[in-house]
Amino acid sequence: MPATTSPSRDYRGIIHQLSRDIMTGWMTQLKEATHDGTPAGYLMISGNCVEILRCFDILPVFPEINALQLAIRKNSLPYIIKSEEIGYASDNCAYVKADVGYTLCGGVGVDGNTPKPALIICNFVGCNVYIKWFEHCSAMMNVPLVMLDIPFLREDHPSDADVQYVLCQLRELIAHCERLTGRKFDIDRLREILHHSARAEDGWSRAKDLCKNRPAPFDAYFDSINMMGPINALRGTKEAADFFDRTVAEYEGMVADGLGVLDEERFRIVVEGPPPYPHYRNFRNLFETWKAVAVQSTYSTVGGIWEFGFRHDPNRPLESIAEQMILHNLCNRSLLERYKQIQSYVRDWQADALVIHGIKSCRLFSAGQGDMREYFAREMGVPTLMVESDLEDPRYYAEAQIKNRIDAFFEALQYKRLRGERAEAARAEQVEAR
Amino acid sequence: MSVETIMQDCRDLLELLPAQALSKAQQRYPHVGGLAVFPVYAPLEIIHAAGLMPVGLFGAGDKVELSHADARFQSFICSIAKSTLELFLRGEMKAFAGVVFSSICDVARNLASLVRRNAPELYVEYLHLPQNMYSAASQDYTRAEFERFRTNLARHLGRSIPDAAVARSLELYNQVRARTRELYELRRARPGVISAADTYAVVQAGTRMMPEEFAELLEDLLFNLRQRTGRARDGVQVVLEGAFCEQPPLALVETIEAAGCIIQDDDLVVGWRLFSDDVPVHDDPLGALAQAYLRDSVYTSVRHDRDRPRTEGLTRRVERAGAGAVLFTPAKFCEPALLDYVLFRQRLDETGCPHLKIEFEEKMWTFEATRTEVETFAESMLFD
Ligand code: SF4
Ligand code: SF4
Repeated sequence: MPATTSPSRDYRGIIHQLSRDIMTGWMTQLKEATHDGTPAGYLMISGNCVEILRCFDILPVFPEINALQLAIRKNSLPYIIKSEEIGYASDNCAYVKADVGYTLCGGVGVDGNTPKPALIICNFVGCNVYIKWFEHCSAMMNVPLVMLDIPFLREDHPSDADVQYVLCQLRELIAHCERLTGRKFDIDRLREILHHSARAEDGWSRAKDLCKNRPAPFDAYFDSINMMGPINALRGTKEAADFFDRTVAEYEGMVADGLGVLDEERFRIVVEGPPPYPHYRNFRNLFETWKAVAVQSTYSTVGGIWEFGFRHDPNRPLESIAEQMILHNLCNRSLLERYKQIQSYVRDWQADALVIHGIKSCRLFSAGQGDMREYFAREMGVPTLMVESDLEDPRYYAEAQIKNRIDAFFEALQYKRLRGERAEAARAEQVEAR
Repeated sequence: MSVETIMQDCRDLLELLPAQALSKAQQRYPHVGGLAVFPVYAPLEIIHAAGLMPVGLFGAGDKVELSHADARFQSFICSIAKSTLELFLRGEMKAFAGVVFSSICDVARNLASLVRRNAPELYVEYLHLPQNMYSAASQDYTRAEFERFRTNLARHLGRSIPDAAVARSLELYNQVRARTRELYELRRARPGVISAADTYAVVQAGTRMMPEEFAELLEDLLFNLRQRTGRARDGVQVVLEGAFCEQPPLALVETIEAAGCIIQDDDLVVGWRLFSDDVPVHDDPLGALAQAYLRDSVYTSVRHDRDRPRTEGLTRRVERAGAGAVLFTPAKFCEPALLDYVLFRQRLDETGCPHLKIEFEEKMWTFEATRTEVETFAESMLFD
């Protein structure tokens, strides 16, 4: 049966607005830092150690967020083309191309919206493209690159050597920040920052958990973006922690009132892969038409996986930062670990189907997703749909084709369900008759 | 053996699938098993010391049709990943004790997962090779990673792999690498005596032989080549760059030469000849290998080196080779190669070194267009 209905709501809701407000606050700081000399540091999203930068009042800049924003505002293409003009291939990750193009066009520096970084911290957590991207930024802007090489999770647990290697590099990063800012490292300040982080992570996790309810109070794919900015970029601030308190309160209220993100929740899906940012709203509509709501998504865990219990620990500051970077984020875990993550999402969040959005840009996500489909559809018996486009390059989005596939998939799912319900009803009648 | 016989043997060896090459080696070394090594680099010495033959796993070229792997990997994935997976899906790798991959790119990483799932009976290892060469912990980490590899392999095989055995293998591979360097130097100095295509065939065939055998073969070959008096053709001296992982068809290298280029240096099969000097053999061979990886590796697109950037590496390679141009030969869809192209190209433009990009894939079968393109490029340089 379709779940409880609710009055029609603005799909973006109050959480979207709150998220926007605090993210805008950070972006204003970035803009100001282009002039006022506040030191800024580049960082990647996945398994980042933003808390260390924060400890030195170094403003974190995330080129991935820059690329994302260009795409969602439908501005990415000219920058992508600009990069292709200087030699990037059509097959290269378009996040890199958009960001590099933007930098070449003056987006970074005194005349832009983003400060020129004083250092580039390459937290190599899973994605190999990160290294190239930051090598290019470093060469383009003549800014030193600090490599934070995070060993990939290749056994159940990181080895002692893995952890020691990361800890040593974190200490070297701290020394670098000390030299840059002329300030001494204050471990108590780091503890306080990590306390805010843990509070935000707790909120994140509780919010995600609320999607186990029927109906789910938000779409854990499309609406998760509202929480991803605060958790990945603003983690460690009081504002971000407070934001999550408000978020949880809002969603708890909805659950208590039996309200879902849509007026009806007909299908519960798990989504794998990043969204097509240049066509975000359109893509979302294709699912909404079918009253399909994402109850979990892998993409929302690129920065960190909090829903299985990990929290930064003020009592083990550097150790817990290292653990998060190595263990508790999607990018540094193997594809087979991702299969397990999805399995648990499907089971514990009671999803009806898995939707895989294959991204041309991002081989970290997409290389081998055909095998994932095979595994879930054939071996796990989970209805699985695969559609393809891109997260940044608008040219790879073929709406008619995608729509056809989505429609056909949900039609089949609906038919299967109806048949199941009829069979169930017939059985019930028989029992009754006896 | 004459040069011609050696060349023919090497080319024949390249026609085989990896398992066939292993079984050929087993005719001479009946008790030796095989461990497949996906590019770019793995500590071959540990594998060899375990009584296994490290066999280069560079996909399947045009030797198998893709009937399963295409459904697992999308169209925008490089061919080596697809044909490698195909070999496993078809059960063509069963003769091997296992396979080792490393952290070269996102595709290879996911490939390792797919192999693990689809060939569960095989031993699959994944190495995270360091990307920070200068942390105070880099040496310890790298050594520990090699140690982890050794421990896991030993456990899997049920026999130990003692330091002394690794040291012996290290000496052997030092010989192989030194002779390979000599071969390259000879070709650079006297391009008339051996073509780049032949050099490439020999070096790649070497990844399908026991190092004992390959060291002998190289010695033989070098001896014979030194007697030769071949005169170099006229042509534009170039360096090939970008085929560090997936290997181009031999015919592509032949085409480039036939189109008027003299290939003075390249990064073909670079992982098997990564160190620019002998690795010192002492009582801690794993430590020595770790040190060599950190300090003595030639530049490649899959290794970040803060103090020795790749762009410098390429410029130096061009200078050392006395080359006048660079041919970029990335595998189609190879992200690290295609991304590096941007910075390489920029640097070459700054230094006024002409360059041309030619993408390849395993299933490439016509080289006419490439030939015309390279000819035009070479001619434009000759008449500059
Ligand atoms: S390949 Fe994927 S994870 Fe890596 S930078 Fe591009 S979009 Fe991000
Ligand atoms: S050819 Fe390039 S993209 Fe493909 S596996 Fe090798 S390094 Fe990775």
